[in-house]
Amino acid sequence: MKVLVAMSGGVDSSVAAALLCEQGHEVVGVTLRLWGGESDTGCCSVSDVDDARRVAQQLGIDHLVFNFTDDFHRDVVEPYVADHAAGVTPNPCIECNRHLKFDRLFDRAEILGFDAVATGHHARISADGPLLRVERGADPAKDQSYVVHMLDQSRLARTLFPVGHMTKSDVRHHATRLGLRTASKPDSQDVCFITSTKNEAGETGRSAFLRRRIELHAAEVVDESGQRLGSVDSVELVTLGQRRGVAGGGGTKRFVVDVDVMGRRVTVGPEESLLVDHEVGTAPTWSDGPYSGSVLVQCSAHGAPRAATIVADDSNNVRVVWTHPERRISPGQSLVFYDPTDRFVLGGATTVARTISSATP
Amino acid sequence: MAERLIYLDHAATTPMRAEAVEAMRPFLTEVFANPSGSHRFARRARQAVDEARESIAATIGCDLGEIVFTSGGTESDNMAVRGSAESRAGRPVCTATEHHAVLHAVERLEGGVVRVGATGEVDLDHLESVLAEAPVSSVSVMAVNNETGVIADLAAVSRIVRRRAPGAVLHTDAVQAACWIDLRTIWPHVDTLALSAHKFGGPKGVGVLAIRAGSNLAPLILGGGQERDRRSGTHNVAGIVSTAAALALTDHERVAEVARVSAIREDLFARLADIEGLRRTVPSALSVPGVAHLCITGIESEALLYLLDEEGVCASSASACASGAMEPSHVLAAMGVSADLARGSLRLSFGHTTTSAEVAEAADVIGRAVERVREATRRLGSSRN
Repeated sequence: MKVLVAMSGGVDSSVAAALLCEQGHEVVGVTLRLWGGESDTGCCSVSDVDDARRVAQQLGIDHLVFNFTDDFHRDVVEPYVADHAAGVTPNPCIECNRHLKFDRLFDRAEILGFDAVATGHHARISADGPLLRVERGADPAKDQSYVVHMLDQSRLARTLFPVGHMTKSDVRHHATRLGLRTASKPDSQDVCFITSTKNEAGETGRSAFLRRRIELHAAEVVDESGQRLGSVDSVELVTLGQRRGVAGGGGTKRFVVDVDVMGRRVTVGPEESLLVDHEVGTAPTWSDGPYSGSVLVQCSAHGAPRAATIVADDSNNVRVVWTHPERRISPGQSLVFYDPTDRFVLGGATTVARTISSATP
Repeated sequence: MAERLIYLDHAATTPMRAEAVEAMRPFLTEVFANPSGSHRFARRARQAVDEARESIAATIGCDLGEIVFTSGGTESDNMAVRGSAESRAGRPVCTATEHHAVLHAVERLEGGVVRVGATGEVDLDHLESVLAEAPVSSVSVMAVNNETGVIADLAAVSRIVRRRAPGAVLHTDAVQAACWIDLRTIWPHVDTLALSAHKFGGPKGVGVLAIRAGSNLAPLILGGGQERDRRSGTHNVAGIVSTAAALALTDHERVAEVARVSAIREDLFARLADIEGLRRTVPSALSVPGVAHLCITGIESEALLYLLDEEGVCASSASACASGAMEPSHVLAAMGVSADLARGSLRLSFGHTTTSAEVAEAADVIGRAVERVREATRRLGSSRN
């Protein structure tokens, strides 16, 4: 097979490329240039491209660089900023996979005559009869099925995850054995376009990034009876369910139970106030067509799955009815549906903002 | 890898002339002395550098004392812009389509940028008004654009600069001109002229800056005082000798090469005429024969270049950034080419090794590659609906 492997310059995609070569495929490596601005160690800094290129040279395969900065800006960065302005907590890595790696890159690979696209994600693609499925990666601590949940049958037929069946330490051992320069390179942790560079106000990270692009507003923090408890600097950076950084005090644990960006108001309350009996997800994607019934739902990259039943509202919304009341999920986060045995992905959707409704008693 | 290799990227670099390679050899082996030394061995190296200087001066039409050897076109451009800014009041000015070696140096000094028209020609009215805004240390107008091959009207530019900014250094980046235009016709209009050896069959890492006598330019690189204190650093003797050999040959063959390559370019465009949505960026009369620049609607250069590469055809689009990714062309943007069309830009550039058979074959490859991209795009479009 002719395979285009996306090489970020990290160890997983380096080993993915190496394994494909060992399997006898015709392999070409590509690094995507996604972010044109400053970066720490993100996906597309020049040193990461250098690492990817050196690994490709070592493996004896061609290495390309595709400039997708315009697409990345339009499909990932701009929505990320707009979401924060609207009080929504986006997941840019998922949007990057959705729009860049498994859309833009797929189309490019098709145009260039490749049979498949490979990445270094820790997830497995398995066949169940004619059906293809994204299974959780073999290393539970590194499983990334959550961030590649949007793959449908036609994409899965042309996707390879060569390291999905390995543990992270297997991957590193393999890289060491081959003498790849990325063998002990640390995993990337953060959003690639958010840096630790200080701005004029001495801020770093997300707040510095956003403050250069949108106005961040102070907000009052109140309890559920409306009594003022304090304030926060930037209401846009407060996430539903958050505990740190909002006025707590007293003996009880307080959580953010409502974020009203327009009203510049953050409401805190006890955990019970966060509990709901269902969530609504929008723009669902399905591995093999719409599904309803019992599922396990994962609501963050490494969150524990929770039992629920999916009820289709209409083609663009799904209702996730929790088996037991669960804390509300911040709008913008992905709900990923797994089969009841927690083995493979059925689909996913994005949590929408909604008014607080109390849990069924 | 493909067996066939059709190299149509001569504007990036052209293969070294055999004579230029041979010319280097003695100075990489037995005549290894430093020409600044004071023994007989050094004098042999010194003589070689002096002869090279004289030969290069003759092809430019300047005095040998006006030649400074540098590490390449980029250093020569930097020296012209920054060296003139350091030694006189005022800000540098350049056109919007300059090579980054000039443009970034001008931007660093917060200089002025002059617009160009739809065919890349300098907007002379705008030049006048930019020169009137503030005192000017230098004006840079490239003789031939590296992406489009467009030739500047330096005589007209010179008349305006001499009238509006008589104290300014008028610089031209002639890196892409050397193969196609008699440098003696350029030199009378300018004060400084930059060349890069590897664009005309010499080695990489050698450049020339011709500096008109009396133009006061501060050196960029300080040290042992070589090149009459204008550019320190031990001479790259082999490179300099080789550069002179390549330039002499280029100068000697220029008239015949212009005729030969012009015919090749016209033949190429005739063969590509059937490609739907293909647009020539500039007419032949306005550009040097060595560059064929075009844009194809709905085709992304990144994809097209890969498919050409796969078939052994080496071409390019705009410039690449440090990561190797293609950057959107500032030249096409300045000419008012839409971002969409510019995404499908292709530069085929020719040189002394290019044959008409190669170009005919390349035209076939391009036609097939465009068809492949369009077919796949249609397939993707229909599978989405």
